[in-house]
Amino acid sequence: MSALANRIAAARAEDRAALIAYLPVGYPSVEDSIAAMVAAVEGGADVIEIGVPYSDPGMDGPVIQQAVDAAVRAGVGMRDVLKAVTAVADAGAVPVVMSYWNPIERYGVERFAADLAAAGGAGAITPDLIPDEAADWLAASEEHGLDRVFLVAPSSTDARLRSTAAACRGFVYAASTMGVTGTRATVGDAAEKLVARTRAAAPDLAVCVGLGVSNGDQAAEVAVFADGVIVGSAYVRELLEGRGPEGVRTLSKDLASGVRA
Amino acid sequence: MTTSSVRPSGERLLPARPGWPDATGHFGIFGGRFVPEALIAALDDLTEAYEAMRVDPAFLTEFDRLQRDYTGRPSPLTEVPKFAEHAGGVRILLKREDLNHTGSHKINNVLGQALLTKRIGKSRVIAETGAGQHGVATATAAALMGLSCTVYMGEEDTRRQALNVARMRLLGAEVIPVTTGSRTLKDAINEAFRDWVTNVETTNYVFGTVAGPHPFPAMVRDFQRVIGDEARAQVLEREGRLPDAVLACVGGGSNAIGIFTAFVPDDGVRLVGLEAGGDGVDTGRHAATITGGSPGVLHGARSYLLQDDNGQTIESHSISAGLDYPGVGPEHSYLHDIGRAEYRAVTDAEAMEAFALLCRTEGIIPAIESAHALAGAISLGKELGSRGAGGRGDEPPLLLVNLSGRGDKDVETASRWFGLGDHQEVDPGPGLDTDQNPTEGAVSNDEAVAGQDAGETA
Repeated sequence: MSALANRIAAARAEDRAALIAYLPVGYPSVEDSIAAMVAAVEGGADVIEIGVPYSDPGMDGPVIQQAVDAAVRAGVGMRDVLKAVTAVADAGAVPVVMSYWNPIERYGVERFAADLAAAGGAGAITPDLIPDEAADWLAASEEHGLDRVFLVAPSSTDARLRSTAAACRGFVYAASTMGVTGTRATVGDAAEKLVARTRAAAPDLAVCVGLGVSNGDQAAEVAVFADGVIVGSAYVRELLEGRGPEGVRTLSKDLASGVRA
Repeated sequence: MTTSSVRPSGERLLPARPGWPDATGHFGIFGGRFVPEALIAALDDLTEAYEAMRVDPAFLTEFDRLQRDYTGRPSPLTEVPKFAEHAGGVRILLKREDLNHTGSHKINNVLGQALLTKRIGKSRVIAETGAGQHGVATATAAALMGLSCTVYMGEEDTRRQALNVARMRLLGAEVIPVTTGSRTLKDAINEAFRDWVTNVETTNYVFGTVAGPHPFPAMVRDFQRVIGDEARAQVLEREGRLPDAVLACVGGGSNAIGIFTAFVPDDGVRLVGLEAGGDGVDTGRHAATITGGSPGVLHGARSYLLQDDNGQTIESHSISAGLDYPGVGPEHSYLHDIGRAEYRAVTDAEAMEAFALLCRTEGIIPAIESAHALAGAISLGKELGSRGAGGRGDEPPLLLVNLSGRGDKDVETASRWFGLGDHQEVDPGPGLDTDQNPTEGAVSNDEAVAGQDAGETA
C-alpha cells in the first residue's frame, strides 16, 4: 500500500539501505531542477525528496537556503512541484514532496493531497508539522492513500517517538543531530542511538536518517544501522557550484555505492 | 464577559486570566506549535517550568521587586490635553511605558523570561530584535543576571537602529546582523530559531513578542499584562470610570496584548490595535497583517500573515522597525475574529505627523512604533468627537493610549523624514511645522518669539 515502504523493503531485500536524495524545485530553474532530479535517479537514488521552496525555511542551513531563496524569488509554486513529481515517477524513482507547512495550507490541504496523488506522488515529508497539529493532513492523506513522514529528533522523548511513529506511513525521518541541514565532517553516534530508540518504539516502521551525510563513506556508515540514507545539502551544493546534472549524477553514484557497501 | 457598563460595580483586585489559549496553546483556530520536532522537548520543558513558576510565591516576590526597583514600575499615566485638542476634543491618557528602564515595555517580558532561564538552569539566552528595544532589554536582563547573550538583528535594522546596536554591545551582548531574506525582523527570528535548535541544551530563547509557538504567546502576555492591570486601576482611581477605548500599536503585538488583557472582560471598552500601514495598505507596501493579510502559519504558530498565493511570506514595509513584521501574535487574530478587538492601519505619514505633534505639544518624544497608536487616537478621537459618541453626559470620550516606548532611537529617522539635522534640500514629510509657529496654547505671553528668532532679539 505504501510506495515508500515498498521501495525501502525492496532495497532491504538487496541487503542494502535505500538512497533518498533531496533537491528543491526551481533551482537554478524549474526545468534544470527537474533535470537534476532525473540525474540523481539515474545515478542510483531510490527516492527523491522534492523540495517545495519556502520563504522562511527555519530548519535549513545556508546551502539549501541559498538555492530555495532564488526559487522563491522566481515565484516557483505547487504547480511546478507537481510537474517535478510526475517527472521523477517517470524516471523510475519514488517521488515524495518535502514541504514546510504553510505552502500546503495555502494551496489547500485536501486539494494538495488530491493533486499529489493524481501526479503520482507517494506522499509528503513535513518538517515543521508535528502530528499533534496535523488533523487535516492525517485525514487527507488517508483519503488519498498517501504516505506521511514526520520527524523524530535526539531530544524526542520515548512517548513522542511512539506517538510520532504511529502517525507516520512510509518511513519515519530521524533527524540525526540537533541542528539545521548542512554537510558535516562526521555523522556522530547520536544518529545510531536515535535509530535504535525509534526502532524500539516502532518495530515495523522503516527509519531513515537525514542531516549531515555528504559522501559515500558517510552513507556506508549510516547504512549499517538505518533503512535509508537521506542526503540534501551535498546535492544542492553540486548545483550551487555549477556542476549541474552531471555533478548530481556523480554524487548519486558515490552515495549509491556507499549504501551498498 | 462580566461588565457591560464602563462604570464597573467594583474593582477587580486580580483580574482573571483569559479563558484562552487551551492546554496546547490554541486561541480558537490560531496559535499552536508549528516547529521541528527537535524543539518540542524544549517547549514542553519551558511550558512546565513556566506553569510552576508563575504561581510560585518566591518568583512573584522577586518579579515584583525587580519591576519596582529596577524597571521603575508602576509607570505613570499622563493626560495630554494639548495633544488631544487635535483629536476632536476627546481626552487622552498615555500609559507611560516609555519611562521604564531601557525605554520601552520590552523590559517587562525579559525580566520574567530571564528569571525563567535561571530556573531551568540554562546559561545562555538568545533573542531576535527589530527596532532593537527587545534586544536591548534582553541584553540588560542578561547583564543583570549573569547570562551570556546573543541577539539576532536584520542587517537592514542594524542600520536603521544603530544606537540600539551600540547599546546592546555596551551591555555585553553579541549582536549578529542577519543577511538572509529581507534582512529584517522575520529573518532575525528564523536565525534565532536555527541557533536554538542547534544549542537548545544550553540556551533559552527569550522571545520578544506574543507570537511564536506555545507557550510564548501566553507567557509573554502574562508578563506584559501588568501594563493594563496598572492602567485599569489608575484610570479607575483617577476618573472613577473606565476609558471608552484603549489603543496600542501592533507589530507582533506584545504591548497591545499587555494593555488590552485587563480590559478584555469590560464589554463597554473598545480595544483598538493600530497596524503599520506603511505607504498605504492598497499600495502593498505595508505591515498591516490583520488588515491586509490572511490566516496561515509562520514562525511556529497559525495567525494572520502577509503571504502570496504560494504561501510565501511577503516582505513587510514600515518606517518603524519594530512594526516591520509580516506576522502577528495569534491572540490578536483571535480577538479580531471574535470581534472583541478592532484593527486599523496607520500610514508612515500619519504616524510621523502624530510623532511631531506629541513632541511639540507635550514635550514627549515617542517611539515611532507608539506614534502609530497616537495617530489612531487622533482619528478615533475625531470620529467620536464629531459624532458626539462614546462619552457620557457632558463628559468627553476618554481614550487610553499605550505609549510603549521612547523615541531616542528614532531621532535619526525622524531627522531624515523631516529634513532636519542636515542642510541638504529635502522636502520635509508631513507633520513638521516648517514655519516653527509656537504651538497654539503653548505660549500665553504675546511678546514671546519663535525659537529660531530668539537669538536675534535677546
